[in-house]
Amino acid sequence: MDQFLQHILNALILGGTYALLGIGLTLIFGIMRVVNFTHGELYTFGAYMMFMFVMPLQLNFFLALILAVLLGVVLGAMIEFILLKPLRGADIDTTMLIMIGAWITMQNMEQFAWSGIAKSIDNPFPVDPLVIGTISVSWNRIFMFAVASALIAGTYALIRWTKLGKAMRATFQDPETAALMGVRINSVYIATFALGSGLAAAAGALLGPIIVVYPTMGDLAALKAFAIVILGGLGSVAGATIGGFILAMMEELGAGYISSGYRDAMGFLLIIIILLFRPTGLFAQKERVG
Amino acid sequence: MNRFLEVSVVLFLASIPFWLGNLYYLHILITTGIFIIAAMSLNLLLGYTGQLSLGHVAFFGIGSYTSALVSLGFDLELTESYTFVFEPKPVWFAFLCGIVLAAISGWLIGRISFKVRGAYFVIVSISFAEVVRLVSLNWIDLTEGPMALNNIQPFTFAIPGLWELTFFKKEPNYWLVLGLCVVCFVIIRRLVQSRAGRAMIALRENEPLATSIGVDVTKYLVLATILSAGMAGAAGGLYTHYVRIVDPDIFLFIYTVTMVIMVVTGGKGTLAGPVVGGLIFGILPEVLRAFASPEVQWIIYGILMILIVYFLPEGIVPAVTQWWQRRARGPEGSMSQGSAPGAAS
Repeated sequence: MDQFLQHILNALILGGTYALLGIGLTLIFGIMRVVNFTHGELYTFGAYMMFMFVMPLQLNFFLALILAVLLGVVLGAMIEFILLKPLRGADIDTTMLIMIGAWITMQNMEQFAWSGIAKSIDNPFPVDPLVIGTISVSWNRIFMFAVASALIAGTYALIRWTKLGKAMRATFQDPETAALMGVRINSVYIATFALGSGLAAAAGALLGPIIVVYPTMGDLAALKAFAIVILGGLGSVAGATIGGFILAMMEELGAGYISSGYRDAMGFLLIIIILLFRPTGLFAQKERVG
Repeated sequence: MNRFLEVSVVLFLASIPFWLGNLYYLHILITTGIFIIAAMSLNLLLGYTGQLSLGHVAFFGIGSYTSALVSLGFDLELTESYTFVFEPKPVWFAFLCGIVLAAISGWLIGRISFKVRGAYFVIVSISFAEVVRLVSLNWIDLTEGPMALNNIQPFTFAIPGLWELTFFKKEPNYWLVLGLCVVCFVIIRRLVQSRAGRAMIALRENEPLATSIGVDVTKYLVLATILSAGMAGAAGGLYTHYVRIVDPDIFLFIYTVTMVIMVVTGGKGTLAGPVVGGLIFGILPEVLRAFASPEVQWIIYGILMILIVYFLPEGIVPAVTQWWQRRARGPEGSMSQGSAPGAAS
C-alpha cells in the first residue's frame, strides 16, 4: 500500500511536466493545424539552456529557469516566423515534412554544440527528501510540480480571460471569420507557437535537473506528448492536462508492477488502445477551449 | 524504345561489380540498394496513397529480426517445464517469413489507424515502431536485446546433394539486391498502373470524391500498407543476411527519416523518385564523410529537406522531367502545359 501511494505521488509530480508538454503541442495543433515535430527539440533546448546557465555560467537556479523558458519562447517565435509563416495554407503533410527537417536539424545542432555526453545539472534544494509517513519526495520534484501547476493554471487563465486568449479561441473555431472580425491571425499564430514552445522548454528546464540532459532526450518526450494529445483529443487543452496525468500514472504503475523495461512503451500502447475504441480521444467532444 | 532503355540501365547496373574493382564502393552500393527498396516501399504509401508512415523502420526491423531468428533458431522458456524450441530453418524460408510477418504487422497497423487519417496515422506508426524497438530491447530471451543477434547466415540457395550457392562475397549480394530492387520496382509499377493503383491515387487526390464513386477507401489503404510493409520487410531481411548482425538500433527513428528524405527528395508518387533520392542519399554520406562529422551531415540533410519541400515540392524527378519536356517542346509546346511553373512566360 505504501509503495502504491509512493507510485501515485510520483505519477502526480511527473504528470505535471507531461501536461505542460501536451498542452503546448495540442494548442499548436488545435489552432494552427501543424503537427509540431520540433516540440521535443524545444524541450531539449530548455534543458540545455538550464544546463548552460546553471553549470558553466553559474547563474542563480531560478533566474536560469526563467531565462530558459524565455529563450524557448523566442526560439518558438523564430521557428514560426521563418519556417511556418511562408507556408500558410499549405496542406498538413507539407508542414509535417518541413517540421521533420527542422527537428533533425535542431537535434543535431544540439549534438554538435554540446556533444553526445549526458550532462547533469546541480540544484539548490536540500539533499534530504521530504518524508511524510512512509512516502518520500525530493524538494526538487516538489518545486517542479509547483512550477508546472502554476504554468498550467497560467495558460488556462490566459486562454480564458485575456484578449489574446479570446483571439486564440476565435481562431481555433474559424480562422477566416476571426480574421474578418479583426483578429490578427498572424500574431495569434506566432503567439500560439511561442507559447507552446515556451511550455515545452519549461518542461525541459524543470526535468533537466532531475534527469540527465542529452541531445536525443526530446524524441521520447515528443512521442509522449503526441500520446497525451491523442489521448485527450487533438486540440483539447483540458484533455491534454488530464492526459498528461493519465500517462504518468500508467507509466509509473506499469513500471512498478509490470516491467520497468516497458515503462516508455505504455504511452504507445495507450495510443493504440485509444484509437481502437475512441479514435477522437477521451475529451474531444466535451470541451475544446482552444 | 523505353523498354530497351530500361533493360540497358539494368544491364549496366549489373555489370558494375566487374569493373568497379573496389569492394568498399560495392558495399556502399549494396546498402544503398537495400535502402532504395525500403524507400520504394515507403513511396507506395506516402507517394501514392498520401499517408505518411513515420514508423516504416518497424517493418524493416521486423523483417530483419524475423529472418534472423528463423534462420538461427531460438528457444523460449514458456513455463518452468516446457521450453519451446525452434529449429534453424533455411535462409530463403526465413527471408519469406520475415516478409510475411512484416506484411501482417502492416495489415494490423492499417486496420487500427485507418479509421482516422492524417496526423493519427503518422503518430500510430511512430508509436508502433517505438513499441517494437522496446520489445526488441527488453525481450532478451528471444532477441538477445542490446547484445544483438550474431553470426546470422548469409543467403544460401541449395538443391540438396547437387548444388549450393552461398552469398559470402560482395558481388553475389550486390546482384541479389539489384534483382530484388528490379522486382519491387516492377511490382509497384504494375500496381500503380492497375485498377488498385488508380484507386489509391484517387484517394490521395480527393478522398470524399473517390468514396462517393464507390472506391473502398479502407480496403485500398490497407492493401497498400500490407504491400509496403512486406517490401520493407524484404529489405530488412536482405540487410540482416548481408551484414549478418542485427540489434535494436535497427529500429531507430533516424532510418525512417532517411527513407522519408529519399522519397521526398527524389519525388514522391513517382516510380523513379525513390531510386534517384536513394542514390543521392546513399552516396552523399560517403562524399561528405571526409569533411563533415555525422551531426553536421544530419544538419545538412535536415536543411536540404526543408529547402526541397520549399522550392521543389514535387521532388527532383518531376522537376527534371518537366524541365526536359519544356525544352523538348520548345516555347509553343510549353503553353499547353498550362499550370507548369514559368510556362506562361
